[in-house]
Amino acid sequence: MATGDTAMEPVLSVRNLSLEFVTRRGVLRALNEISFDIARGEVLGVVGESGAGKSLTGTAIIGLIDKPGRLSGGEIWLKGQRIDNIGHDGLRKIRGRRIGMIFQDPLTSLNPLFRVGDQIAETVLTHMPVSKAEARARALALLTEVGIPAPESRIDAYPHEFSGGMRQRVVIALALAAEPDLIIADEPTTALDVSVQAQIITLLKRLCRTRGTSVMLITHDMGVIAETADRVAVMYAGRIVEIGPVADVIRQPKHPYATGLMGAIPALGAKVQRLTQISGAMPRLNAIPAGCAFRPRCTEAIGKCAEAVPPLVPVGATSARCWLHEAQVERSASHG
Amino acid sequence: MVEPVLRVENVRRLFDVSKPWLERVIAREKPQFLRAVDEVSFEIRPGETFALVGESGSGKSTVAKMVVGLLPPSEGAVHFSASMGGARVRPGAIQMIFQDPYASLNPRWRIRDIIAEPMEALNHPADPAARAARVADLLTLVGLSPLDGEKYPHQFSGGQRQRVAIARALSSEPQFLVCDEPTSALDVSVQAQILNLMRDLQERLGLTYLFISHNLAVVRHMAHRIGVMYLGRLVEVQETEALFAAPRHPYTRLLIDAVPDLEQIGRDRVPVQGEVPSPINPPSGCTFHPRCPLAMEICMREVPGFDGSVACHAAKGQAMASSPPLS
Repeated sequence: MATGDTAMEPVLSVRNLSLEFVTRRGVLRALNEISFDIARGEVLGVVGESGAGKSLTGTAIIGLIDKPGRLSGGEIWLKGQRIDNIGHDGLRKIRGRRIGMIFQDPLTSLNPLFRVGDQIAETVLTHMPVSKAEARARALALLTEVGIPAPESRIDAYPHEFSGGMRQRVVIALALAAEPDLIIADEPTTALDVSVQAQIITLLKRLCRTRGTSVMLITHDMGVIAETADRVAVMYAGRIVEIGPVADVIRQPKHPYATGLMGAIPALGAKVQRLTQISGAMPRLNAIPAGCAFRPRCTEAIGKCAEAVPPLVPVGATSARCWLHEAQVERSASHG
Repeated sequence: MVEPVLRVENVRRLFDVSKPWLERVIAREKPQFLRAVDEVSFEIRPGETFALVGESGSGKSTVAKMVVGLLPPSEGAVHFSASMGGARVRPGAIQMIFQDPYASLNPRWRIRDIIAEPMEALNHPADPAARAARVADLLTLVGLSPLDGEKYPHQFSGGQRQRVAIARALSSEPQFLVCDEPTSALDVSVQAQILNLMRDLQERLGLTYLFISHNLAVVRHMAHRIGVMYLGRLVEVQETEALFAAPRHPYTRLLIDAVPDLEQIGRDRVPVQGEVPSPINPPSGCTFHPRCPLAMEICMREVPGFDGSVACHAAKGQAMASSPPLS
C-alpha cells in the first residue's frame, strides 16, 4: 500500500474513526479510534456483543448517524475519495450506488406497498443511465441471480407474498442492483432459520466472489464469520480489540476477550465439559473504565491495564489491543 | 428401569385459524385448523436434560406449554411420575424459565419480592423470616449477592436478570424445569455463564430439564437426549452423541450441516433448498418429502410411523438393509 498502487488500494479505508453522542448527562463515546481497510473482493467480518459498536460502525460509514450522534474524528475513504465530510447530498449519491446495504429484517428494508420488481428497478433507474424497460429487465436478471423461483411471475409480487428467506434474497438483489463496490451487511441472517441462513450465506459469498464486491459483514455469530469472512475485527466497548485473518483469530486469538469469546461458543464438533466463561458483562457507555475497557473482566489484567488504553499492535498474524503483548508494543514504538 | 419423570403420549394440538364465522358462511368455507403439534410422544428420565430442537414453527414451544399445562392438548396425554405427585402434580414441582428476561420480570417489583413470590403463593415456608433467608440463599446459589434483593430488574444486565429468573424458578423447590430458549436473548459470553450455571444446578439439586432451543450447538452442550421436531412432528429422538455421530433422519442431517461452525473456516457448501412449508397446509405424507434428498414414492403418500428413534421411510429401509441377516 506504501507504493500507492491503485490495484492495491483498499475499497474502504477507515482511519481513527470516533463517534460520540452528546446527551444531557455528558458526552458518550460510542466508537473510539476505529481503523481498518477492506480490500477489493474481501469479506471483513465485524463481530462483538450487543453494544460493542459494530452496527454503529456500519451506520457511520454510510452516514446514517442521527442526532445527537456525531463523528468526532477520523476519516472514511471509499476508493480514494473521502466520504465522511461530503454532506447529505454527496452521501445520497454513494448510498445504494457505491455502497449497498443489507439489514437484519428484510420486511423493514422493503416497502410493503410496492411490487418487488418496481423497487429494484427504481434503484437501478436512480443510479444508472438506463431506460425503464432496461431497468425492469435488470431487476428480472437480479431476481433470477439471487435464486427466486419463477422470477417472471414473482417480479410483480408484493413483499408480504414472500417468505423470510425469499425476502432477504430480494434485499440482496436490491443491494446489488447498482453494482456497488462495497456491501455493508448488518446481521443479514440473524432473523432466519439455520437452513435458510445457510442458503443466504452461500448466495452472498457466491455473488460477491463473482463480482469482486467487498463485504463488511456485521454479526454476533462467530460461526457465520468463520464460514464467510476473510478477515475479522473483534469489537469491545467501542474499540477494535483484535483484527486479523479469520483462521488466526479463531484458532490463536491474542486478546484475552477474543480468547474468552471463542471458548464461550458451544461447538458442534466436540463436547466440552464446561464453556469458558467471562465473568460480568460489557460496561455501559457511561461507565467505561479507565485504561483497557476489558480490564474488570480480564483474568490476566496487570497494573498497567488500569493506567492507559493499549494501542493496537501486530502480534503474530493478527493485531491486538492488549498490554500483555507489550514487548511487541515497545518494538513497534522503537521502529515507528 | 427408572420411572420417567414425564411421559408425553401421542399429544396433538390444533389451533383454530378459521375466518370469522359470518365470513366463512358467506364464502361457504370449512373451518380451518393448524396442527401445531401432531402425535408427539417422548419420555424424560429423572436427572436428565431432554432437548427439543427445530426451526421456527416446528411446535417445540407448544409442546412446552402443554407439558406445563398452559395449553391443554387436543388429543393425547401428559403424565408425571408418582414422585412429582402423579395426576395431581405437587404445586411448584414444575417451573419455567423463559427466553426474554426483560419481559419475564415485573419491573415494579424488587428482586427479593420476585423471588419470594412462588413461596408466598404456596405458603411454603410459611414463616416470612425463613422466606427471606431462602431468598438470600437462592441469590447466592445463582451467583448474585444477597444485597441484590433490594434492587429492581432495570438495575441488572440481561444475564443477571436471567439469573434472577432462575432463582425465582428454584424457589418453589421444583424437580422439573422447562426452559424455553433460555439463552437466545443473551450474548455468547453471558450465554456461557448461564449454561454453566444451569449444569451446576442440575448436578447439585438433581433437576430434570426439558430444554427447548433452535441452537444445535447449545443443545449439544446441554442435553443428554435430543428430540428433533419438524412441522409439529417429532422426527428423531436419540442420545446426544449418537445423534451427532450418526443422524438417522435426513432433516437432522440437514440441520447439523446447516449450522455455521468455528471448525469450518471458509467452507463452501451446497445448502438444502427450500424453506419450512406453512403448517396450515402441510405437504402430504411425510411433511419433509419436498426438501428431502432421499424422498421416495411412499414418502408422498404415507406419514412415516415413529419407531422410538426415527420417523422416516428411508431410514427404516436402511436399517433393514444394513441389519445382519437372520441365520
